[in-house]
Amino acid sequence: MLEFIIRRLILFIPLLFVVSVVSFVIIQLPPGDFLTSYIQQLRATGTDVSEETIQSLIKIYGLDQPAYIQYFTWIKNIILRGDFGRSFQWNKPVKEVIGERIALTVFISLLTMCFTWIVAIPIGIYSATHQYTFFDYFFTFVGFVGISMPGFLLALIIIWIAHLYGLNVTGLFSEAFIEAPWSLAKVIDMLKHIWVAIIVIGLSGTAGLIRIMRATLLDELRKQYVITARAKGLPERKLLFKYPVRLAINPLISTIGWMLPSVISGETLVSIVLNLQTTGPVLLRATMQQDMYLAGSFVLILSALTLTGTLISDILLAWVDPRIRYGKVGE
Amino acid sequence: MGNYNFEEERVEEFKEKLYLASQWQLIWWKFKKHKLAVTGLIIILILYILAIFCGFFAPYYPTTVFDEYTSAPPQIVRIYSRDGGLQRPFVYRYKKERDPVTLRLRYVINYSEKCPVRFFVKGKPYKLLGLFDTDIHLFGVDDGTIFLFGTDDMGRDIFSRVLYGARISLSIGLVGVFISFLFGMIIGGISGYFGGAIDNFVQRTIDFLISIPTLPLWMALAAALPREWSIIKTYFAITIILSLVGWCGLARVVRGKLLALREEEFTLAARLAGASEFRIITRHLLPSFASYLIVSITLSIPNMILGETALSFLGLGMQEPAVSWGVLLQRVQNLTIVAHQPWQLIPCIFVIVTVLSFNFLGDGLRDAADPYAR
Repeated sequence: MLEFIIRRLILFIPLLFVVSVVSFVIIQLPPGDFLTSYIQQLRATGTDVSEETIQSLIKIYGLDQPAYIQYFTWIKNIILRGDFGRSFQWNKPVKEVIGERIALTVFISLLTMCFTWIVAIPIGIYSATHQYTFFDYFFTFVGFVGISMPGFLLALIIIWIAHLYGLNVTGLFSEAFIEAPWSLAKVIDMLKHIWVAIIVIGLSGTAGLIRIMRATLLDELRKQYVITARAKGLPERKLLFKYPVRLAINPLISTIGWMLPSVISGETLVSIVLNLQTTGPVLLRATMQQDMYLAGSFVLILSALTLTGTLISDILLAWVDPRIRYGKVGE
Repeated sequence: MGNYNFEEERVEEFKEKLYLASQWQLIWWKFKKHKLAVTGLIIILILYILAIFCGFFAPYYPTTVFDEYTSAPPQIVRIYSRDGGLQRPFVYRYKKERDPVTLRLRYVINYSEKCPVRFFVKGKPYKLLGLFDTDIHLFGVDDGTIFLFGTDDMGRDIFSRVLYGARISLSIGLVGVFISFLFGMIIGGISGYFGGAIDNFVQRTIDFLISIPTLPLWMALAAALPREWSIIKTYFAITIILSLVGWCGLARVVRGKLLALREEEFTLAARLAGASEFRIITRHLLPSFASYLIVSITLSIPNMILGETALSFLGLGMQEPAVSWGVLLQRVQNLTIVAHQPWQLIPCIFVIVTVLSFNFLGDGLRDAADPYAR
């Protein structure tokens, strides 16, 4: 097991490196560097920028150096000081702008994943054990529509329907709490608002999981050990949960790897529509204004987090399924 | 007894037909049984026909502004009126009123003024397929207006805009998939055919691209596009951005199938018979996994369409004056518009129906792709 984890970790490092290079390329893409825009913006607001400040900024970010040295300076600043560069739009270090928002995004994404699992597994089990009944067809159809339903369009439609009933479903907090410091009341307020986002983001993932769960469980139920167990008189409920369900959940763990990126993508888009206080709206504004240090940092952090999530799911999978630990890794 | 023999004969006849049928015929037979997939195919064909002949089907230009009719709700085509009974299709005119409480402008149906809907009317000139000058529109009204889906807050006919927007929204799926297909075929082919270190490298790249969230990446890349680019340039840039991730799935399919088929006996037979590598690939390998490619392509088209819609919706993709479904939906980012002019959400329905149809079609094709499987 330890060997497996170490092997995975070694594979993980080059991936992080590639992510960082991609993010850096994104930062460098628009014409001109961020400093020019920064100074322009400061001058536009009437702040005088001394030559000294400019020189010191150039030095910190190594802007007079060739690109690859700039890259290493950037990485070094991130690793050593947690300094992701400066957002000229907010006139703050990127770190301060994104910290809480990234945390909220991660929180919503994790909650969404939990939601998908809690909803999908029971429905999958029901569909498989009651194959070709009315509810099986019903869930299959709903699942199919759910997979195809783009979250942000669904969010728009929900906003409209909620409006017809005089409800407001946008935002993550009530007005009184937006600027308030974190407290138990604020958390409770957030939980009251968060469910719309979670359902909208989680819908397509849930639908996908139901299909996988149903298919794998049906495969398991046809196997001979089930017949044997039944012939020996094991109660149906015990039989179902002791073996086939456990085996059918394994492939679900491997889906975390592809679900996480789509959940994060979905969260970004849906949070813009629902105006949640997470990464989406800030990322959008950053890209609109070509505030590239901010945009690039978002890409870097979100991708790195997703990769970490995938890594954890790989390790989890190996932990629950010894067949993966021995042998077939890396194929 | 004779009846029974007759049945037997028909079964025999059918069996013979089954044995003689080509692979494509079998696929088609199996596909026809999948009702949802056939429905999806029909809807998709209708949508593409609407998009190709949008000038003919749309009563107005997408850019025509009707100043007196800003934010007008949809006009319903009726064939029954209380005074005239059943009659040819017509729409009622609107009259404007101010709401006494909110002072908001609102449109009230004027039941005394009817505009009969005429078919194949002469209207604004346009180029059919971009080639033939004509001014015949499928329908229109002589004087007055016909807004099937209402107008937006600038007074432009949403129905016409949806049809014109379909050109970009629907074609970007095809063009994007075509580019991904080229990438996927070439890279997947190289990976599967050569194997070894190259294969390993390509597979790790794909792993990587699949495991990062696409939307933030697309947003950041789209943001780097210069705003002053022409519509065509932006269109292709967006397509390429969407294809950057899109090729992975196809490359996987190509590689997987190549690896499996390389070991098949018919490949060995062809090699022994002295066929060249090129001939083996194009004559023997490619046709045997063409059906899987078609499935994979069909299932990746809706992702492209959604990608464009999302980017344009956010204001990072196509920009006005270009018209696409995403551009139309930009207006609904403003929540007061959602609340007071819900008909501006109509493009949503088109996006969802398109995506759903493609998914049904892809699902049916997947079931049909391997006609020998039970």
